[in-house]
Amino acid sequence: MADIVLSELVKEYPGGVRALDSLDLTIDDGEFFALLGPSGCGKTTLLRSIAGLETVTSGRIEIGGRDVTALQPGARDLAMVFQDYALFPHMTVRDNIAYPLKIKKVGRAERHGTADETAEGLSLGGLLARRPGQLSGGQQQRAALARAVASRPRVLLLDEPLSNLDARLRLEARTFLKRLQRELAVTTVFVTHDQAEALAMSDRMAVMEAGRIRQIGTPSAVFHRPASTFVASFIGSTPTNLIDAVVDRDTLTVAGVPMPLPGDVRGQVRGGEELVFAVRPEYLSLHAEARPTGLPGTVAVVENMGVSSLVSLDVAGSIVQVTVPEGAEPALGATGWAVPDPARVLLYRRGDGQLVGSPTQPVSDGPAAGGSASGAAVPAGR
Amino acid sequence: MTPAQWVRRLGFYVVIVLIAAFLAIPVLWLVFAPFDRAPTLTTSLPAWTLHNFATLADNPYALRSLGNSVLLAAGTMVLVTVLGALAAYALSRVRIPGRDGLLYALLLLSSIVTGTAAMVPIFLLVFQLNLIDSQLGVVLVLSGGLLPAAIFIMKDFMDTTPRSYEESARVFGAGPLQILRDVVVPVVRPGIATCAVWTVVQVWGNFLTPFILLRSPEKSPAAVVLYTFYTEGGQPNLGLISAFSLLYSVPVVAMYLFVNRRYGFRFHGGIKR
Repeated sequence: MADIVLSELVKEYPGGVRALDSLDLTIDDGEFFALLGPSGCGKTTLLRSIAGLETVTSGRIEIGGRDVTALQPGARDLAMVFQDYALFPHMTVRDNIAYPLKIKKVGRAERHGTADETAEGLSLGGLLARRPGQLSGGQQQRAALARAVASRPRVLLLDEPLSNLDARLRLEARTFLKRLQRELAVTTVFVTHDQAEALAMSDRMAVMEAGRIRQIGTPSAVFHRPASTFVASFIGSTPTNLIDAVVDRDTLTVAGVPMPLPGDVRGQVRGGEELVFAVRPEYLSLHAEARPTGLPGTVAVVENMGVSSLVSLDVAGSIVQVTVPEGAEPALGATGWAVPDPARVLLYRRGDGQLVGSPTQPVSDGPAAGGSASGAAVPAGR
Repeated sequence: MTPAQWVRRLGFYVVIVLIAAFLAIPVLWLVFAPFDRAPTLTTSLPAWTLHNFATLADNPYALRSLGNSVLLAAGTMVLVTVLGALAAYALSRVRIPGRDGLLYALLLLSSIVTGTAAMVPIFLLVFQLNLIDSQLGVVLVLSGGLLPAAIFIMKDFMDTTPRSYEESARVFGAGPLQILRDVVVPVVRPGIATCAVWTVVQVWGNFLTPFILLRSPEKSPAAVVLYTFYTEGGQPNLGLISAFSLLYSVPVVAMYLFVNRRYGFRFHGGIKR
């Protein structure tokens, strides 16, 4: 097993497009690491650079303390599962799984033994003689995984491993992948554009945008304390409300409503400074009567999400979304007050979109620290 | 059905029958004439005899020329498929500026300029290479003419093979030739089979190139030997010609059936499904 250390990695395509922009990243031994970002952010390029399928323009890639920057993919001792699985259509499942061992010149009997054993572990036992075309999507994915892990690589790379599965199967595969990774304890890097996948599966994740990493941390740290408005708007199944606010001495004016300025950011903002007030729909509560710290608005849209509903409030021309529990949906056109949970409010600078308070605070702390991180978030006075 | 519909349907069938007869009668001639002692240009049921085949067996060049045809066709086929597959793989995977233009130019030149128009320069070239009256010379000239089209067809097949297959094999440590052998060739096998059969058919039917480049009758392929079957009076010897034509067409039909069964054709005038 091995850790992965990337330093000052640059990948520039002909034509001057910088897919990776001086990127530093350390992935620990045995970690399940997610690369998350919108399409075109460079996450797949980064994964392919680690695999050696892309030659980096400059920088270093180390796997297990060995500089592999100039090595061919095959010499890096890693395995990769492609988005389309890339199972060879002319080989049986057994031959597919045994193929990496064949390349490594393992004898026929031994490689078939290993293939059978690996397939058994991934419940592909009865399918060994079939061709990939005769397997379902989930079985193909498991066959591709079996082929990747059969050669016992030190690093496992997964490119959008779940995107070709249908929604139901994706949830099962998520649990399955996470358990498999834990059992093998192999350093695993996976790329996804689905924030829910990254939050659910990874030990740590990196959120990427435009060839740079915007934030690295545990899913809980990234979810509770996004480092910038970009991360805040990208993470979470419902988008974070980002409302313009202005500092006015000791108070914060949010969409025309004055709220007390929290004590711990008081020294870090100037009077008249423009900020962004961020709070997730889940951390707002909707009231039918006026509240001093409530944002008043009229109900514009109600979306049913199963156990809860997402209510869009029209607050002075901008939309604020609030999650309300089942059975508490307001009527369309009704007036309501959205009251933020003071412990969950975050403030960002309007200029660069960075978090006010502790931008340098380590965000890579463990899951337990996630609670304290949110506890340190701006307590708006009640 | 109204009488007008009857008439229309009748007319339709008459046209169909005429077209079918037009296509079928020459084939019937090929089946019947070899077994007729004195065949003419009309198709009629013969008084069955193997006399024509016996005469053919006595001809010193006839059966030997079929072997020559096989040799030329096989040699050209191996050269065209191996070189064509390698070139098509490279052209499909490596980005070269002007790649498509180059391919189209080659295809255009090979299909328009070669053949009759290029025969004099080709003859001079082969002469300079000391390959006149050598079957190697014929194989090289034919391969050169067929390669562009073969590369074009095979590149089309290779383009449709997902790149992730090769990348996957690369990550497992396979080298370029290993990838070609284990992954690319098996995946594009129908394309290669198509090209191989197409090459064999082209060479089998080619008359001009071996006719000009080969001097000795014992090296000539069947297409050239067929041209020599005349009676003493200078008339075409229809008995020999028909018998030889039948023998000449059997291998191609057999190969077609074999390859179709074994590999499955995806040949629709060079356009794949």
